[in-house]
Amino acid sequence: MLSRTADSLYWTGRYVERADYLARVLDAAMRLSTLPSGDGAGNPWESALQSSGVAAAFAARHGAPTEAAVRRFLAFDPDNPSSIVGCLQAARTNARSVRTALTVELWEAINDAWNQLERMPRPKTRESFGQFLDWVKGVSLAFDGAAHRTMLRGDSYWFLRLGGEIERADNTARLLDVKYHLLLPVGEPVGGGLDYFQWTTLLREVSALTAYRWVYRESVKPWLVADLLILNRQMPRSLASCQTAIVHLLDSMADAYGRRGECQRIAAATLALLAESNINGIFQAGLHEFILDFIARNNRLGQAVSEQYLV
Amino acid sequence: MFGPDGAVRAPYRRLSGWLQTLDPDLLEARRRQAELFFRRIGITFAVYGDEESTERLIPFDLLPRILDRREWSLIERGLVQRVSVLNTFLSDVYGPQECLKAGVVPSDLVLRNPQYRLERIGRRPPHGVHVHVAGIDLVRVDGDDVYVLEDNVRTPSGVSYMLQNREVMMRLFPDLFMEHRVAPVETYTDALLSTLKSVAPERARGDPRVVVLTPGPYNSAYYEHSFLADRIGVELVEGADLFVRDAVVYMRTTEGPQRVDVIYRRIDDDFLDPLAFRPDSAVGVPGLMGAYEAGHVTLANGVGTGVADDKALYSYMPDLIRFYTGEAPILRNVPTWRCREPEGLAHVLDRLPELVVKAVDGSGGYGMLIGPAASRAELEAFRARLQAEPEGYIAQPTLALSTSPTLTAAGLAPRHVDLRPFVLTGANGITVTPGGLTRVALAEGSLVVNSSQGGGTKDTWVLDD
Repeated sequence: MLSRTADSLYWTGRYVERADYLARVLDAAMRLSTLPSGDGAGNPWESALQSSGVAAAFAARHGAPTEAAVRRFLAFDPDNPSSIVGCLQAARTNARSVRTALTVELWEAINDAWNQLERMPRPKTRESFGQFLDWVKGVSLAFDGAAHRTMLRGDSYWFLRLGGEIERADNTARLLDVKYHLLLPVGEPVGGGLDYFQWTTLLREVSALTAYRWVYRESVKPWLVADLLILNRQMPRSLASCQTAIVHLLDSMADAYGRRGECQRIAAATLALLAESNINGIFQAGLHEFILDFIARNNRLGQAVSEQYLV
Repeated sequence: MFGPDGAVRAPYRRLSGWLQTLDPDLLEARRRQAELFFRRIGITFAVYGDEESTERLIPFDLLPRILDRREWSLIERGLVQRVSVLNTFLSDVYGPQECLKAGVVPSDLVLRNPQYRLERIGRRPPHGVHVHVAGIDLVRVDGDDVYVLEDNVRTPSGVSYMLQNREVMMRLFPDLFMEHRVAPVETYTDALLSTLKSVAPERARGDPRVVVLTPGPYNSAYYEHSFLADRIGVELVEGADLFVRDAVVYMRTTEGPQRVDVIYRRIDDDFLDPLAFRPDSAVGVPGLMGAYEAGHVTLANGVGTGVADDKALYSYMPDLIRFYTGEAPILRNVPTWRCREPEGLAHVLDRLPELVVKAVDGSGGYGMLIGPAASRAELEAFRARLQAEPEGYIAQPTLALSTSPTLTAAGLAPRHVDLRPFVLTGANGITVTPGGLTRVALAEGSLVVNSSQGGGTKDTWVLDD
């Protein structure tokens, strides 16, 4: 496959995944903002900016993170390449340049979304903004569904999914990086109103609240939230789950191309590290350090993929 | 559809009977279906914004243009003759130049032609083939006389319409195909691939690697480039996907650099290689000409073919056919006055309102004058241009082009048509796909069929009886 084609597929996968993540982060911020203010919850919109990794870019242009400004910046701002609109546009541009490597269904999923978005009036109320976020999640479901149902399991599919999984691992890790302090066991967890709400919101941001109850069958505990998001392989957004998928995809490529390289080695080493870890050990060694290390590894992996396949 | 005597011509007899029994609403319903289908293909293949791609849909007419086997055999033999002479001519002008020495064609017309590539003098392309893909524009005038309107031997386009039109027709009118034995056109893509493989450099090892080279998504024919690459199962590459090392062309892939043997290029000569031609070309491949001249890669079509489809050279084609083959031309040439010759210019200026005047380097229906349809001011403007730069123009009589029944807002009506068959030349000979792209001038009385000027297309049937 042409390197340019692989590159476009990889970034199509990444941008669709990022659009979905932004919709979840905004959804969670809307929920948090319904809490009565002045009880130490912090500004949920500021937190949304941090979770999206664009707090500095926002501050440089807009100053105070009001609800309206953050919603516009993260969802619609054409000057913010990491807005939902920016991501969907970038995904479509990439998909369009490799149109023949996609199935009709996959192309239509992304192209129809773009056409709808262009005609869509910008939501004015919280209610219509919520509907918009649901629509974005629907787009990524249709996109993933089309890929899963219609694509040949060959290198087109692998690069598309690889982009999605690397982005997803990055998103979950960044969320943990911003919120890790909520999960630290400072004495006996209070278990009451605010903390509980924060933890469940964190779970909601990665669509894991129901999953949590199925897996642990008990009330929400911060170390179990961390366990679910980092180590639990059943949970599709956990670091371990993403890493397993990444290793599998890279192995498929290595088998097909008859050559292993730097990115296979990095991915396998990270997966081994996750497999050896348990949540108590991670807390003892430092949760934040663990997450920062994972983010650095994931970035190195992205670079190695690019050097090995995409240029 | 009708002969000079007003009777239905033989190949159209079944279609005519079918039309008489037809519910007119059905035709309208099928027309809408066809449009929907093309829009879908448009979505599938177009790469511009959606509003633009809607505009880019070329009107499609439901009624096929029909040729019987006898008519087609003549055309086919004529095409083989003409395209092999075009190749011989190119080998000659870049080689011994016998046609110039014998005075068949004026030397300056070739040697001073901007499309004549000095780099190619004394060089032979792999297997001696210059024009691998040719599109020859034909018209029928009155009875059975077939004229060549234009030779296209640079990067002729339109073959994707030939293939898509057939696909749509077979979906919409399966019954008609049961009643007629229509020669298939779907063989074109296989023939194209084997043609391209056959001309790989002699030194290429194993199965030659073929690619389609496109200027990219912003080119108006991009959808055709991607369509063809898809159908023949090769990579569609842009300039940046290729690089040249030690005069060998490679493409950048996920498996590392891979050697490329044959490039079906849909980029004009000028933009192929910024080191050899236009230095500002962003779509080319630096060093490509070096690899071509070293004989390490085949370019299809070859470089420098434009000198053969110049409209001024066109008028010498019958002489060239006699010169190289000793045979009489099978396809006729439209009588052409060369404005570069004083008596030609005088004649043209004298009868300007009756003539069609074309710029020798024009294409797509631009830069031409249709005398009978022109206003006084347009005529005077062209007269001035002819006097200022006579060597830039040729003139031809307006032809009574044949018509074909066409669905119009006011029901079925005759419209003028031409035909562009596609001719492939490989190491093992020439392949002509039966049929081609029929273009139709949709405005009543119009003779201009170019899509850029409001022309449409039809499916073209060659009947096997």
